[in-house]
Amino acid sequence: MRRGTVPRRPKRGLNLVRREALTFYILISPWLLGLLLFVLGPMIVSLIVSFSEWDLLSPAEFVGLQNYERMFTRDPLFWQSLKVTAVYTAVYVPLELAGGLVLALLMNQKLRFLGVFRTIYYLPSVLPGVAFVVLWMWILHPDVGLLNTLLGYAGIEGPRWLADPDWALPALLLMSTWGLGRTMVIYLASLQGIPQQLYEAAAIDGAGPWPAFWRITLPLLTPTIFFNLVLSIISTFQTFTSAFVATDGGPLDATLFYVLYLFRQAFQFFNMGYASAMAWILFLLILALTLVIVRSSGRWVYYEGERP
Amino acid sequence: MIRRPHVQPATPDGRTGFWASQGARRRLRQALSYLLAIVVAGFFLLPLFWMISSSLKPHYQVLEFPPRWLPDPIQWSNYREALTYVPFGRYALNTLFIAAMVILGHILSCTIVAYAFARLKAPGKGFLFIVLLATMMLPYPVTMIPLYIGFNSLAWVNSFLPLIVPAFFGSPFYIFLLRQFFLSLPPELEDAARMDGANTLQILWHVVLPLSLPAMATVAIFTFQATWNDFLPPLIYLHDQSKYTVSLGLNFFRSSYDIRWNYLMAASLATMLPVILVFFVAQRLFIKGISLTGLKG
Repeated sequence: MRRGTVPRRPKRGLNLVRREALTFYILISPWLLGLLLFVLGPMIVSLIVSFSEWDLLSPAEFVGLQNYERMFTRDPLFWQSLKVTAVYTAVYVPLELAGGLVLALLMNQKLRFLGVFRTIYYLPSVLPGVAFVVLWMWILHPDVGLLNTLLGYAGIEGPRWLADPDWALPALLLMSTWGLGRTMVIYLASLQGIPQQLYEAAAIDGAGPWPAFWRITLPLLTPTIFFNLVLSIISTFQTFTSAFVATDGGPLDATLFYVLYLFRQAFQFFNMGYASAMAWILFLLILALTLVIVRSSGRWVYYEGERP
Repeated sequence: MIRRPHVQPATPDGRTGFWASQGARRRLRQALSYLLAIVVAGFFLLPLFWMISSSLKPHYQVLEFPPRWLPDPIQWSNYREALTYVPFGRYALNTLFIAAMVILGHILSCTIVAYAFARLKAPGKGFLFIVLLATMMLPYPVTMIPLYIGFNSLAWVNSFLPLIVPAFFGSPFYIFLLRQFFLSLPPELEDAARMDGANTLQILWHVVLPLSLPAMATVAIFTFQATWNDFLPPLIYLHDQSKYTVSLGLNFFRSSYDIRWNYLMAASLATMLPVILVFFVAQRLFIKGISLTGLKG
């Protein structure tokens, strides 16, 4: 079919190009069907449901824009959940991007036992979410937890963490940094792809490690930073397990994440219409954020071969 | 911070003092790196140590103040107690079954779709590939409710089907991963097979698959880890305790009894153990999979 191969069985008058295209569409048909059944179809259904009031038992009732109106004007919990999620994202995403980079730079040096260190850093990030959170609930135990014990050694009386409305969100942030290894591994892969000659040339020109980092490493990492930024925002916007298991949104709704509130509306109050409206707003929010980042990327992401 | 260059700049005469201080600075920097690496390792390891230690403590030592670092005596029976308190064996079997089916679904569907994206030409392919990448970014909560409504009308709620069946329709992430892998294979072998009259599926089966076992293993391992760790979808769909996965079981254990932290830590560690084992056996594949999807594209 390619590279001038002589056709053996020209069937049904289909020429080779057409036949290759047909094969392509047959082979991807499972995914196309899945796209319709599990993505596009549901998105449309969800849009329609968002204009209704429906508890799955009695018939749905068309209510127009009422769900959206209630969400924006009469539901303080919606705004609270948005605020919690936005604050968490605004703090955690930079922390993850910078922290992961520092770990990757550390692991990109010539140290002994490098493999051991890397394994230790990476391991927590693959652990099951619920077990991860349960373990940290115990670490964060106000009286006999590991964290407050260590703080006690330093003469600091630790807060009541998950039980304190002011400290619950910081506690969840701290918990999340235990999973930083995933970001580190992505950075590390791209650090190891930077040609060594660039650093050699910089050293010959008398550049120290610091200028070399700012002029070589960081610019060449920007595509990876971009990739991590998008991934990180999308995943923090979906935070659910830690809030559901550790705090159930409390205390005083201090950790009522957006998806947790959406889950409650859908599967505890059975407000399918309202929850669908929330899902669409989540989708539009993430879409808008991603587009802003993609738009801005032209200004700060460096692609090799694009500029001298 | 930066890897040491292999080539040192040419040494001007009579500047040995400069080189000596350079060497001292390098050693100092290396010492600081080790220090930082060890402190960070402590941050990642201490919670695991604390979990193991707590899981082996007798009841009266768990809430003791100040806490003791090591259990005395070591109480192995906590594990037996914790894992029979709620039927964890049952939950593990349920989760293994779901994971095995999802792995099967992903391998079957993603391989075929990814191969088509990697090797075949067709009008509209570029656009469809962008759609594929876009759906990779689509958060689960966005389609969660209509999917639930759909599966509910099929009476599939409270069964494994909603967790398994979608896997047979491909998953964008694994399609992307396998496509990247197929693109890295030399096309000559496939061309030769085609000249011998093999069709696309025969080529995929006899030529490409034998070369793709590492990529398949990566998909299988990622899928196992993701399915074993999954929480929100099973939470929505599985209501009978007899159908719980390990994550649901652990959450149930945490919420339904008077909290016994030593049992809870034993159960948490048991939940983590299969993933830890797989991780140690296949760390290379994990990292390879990440670099395959993270770097090129």
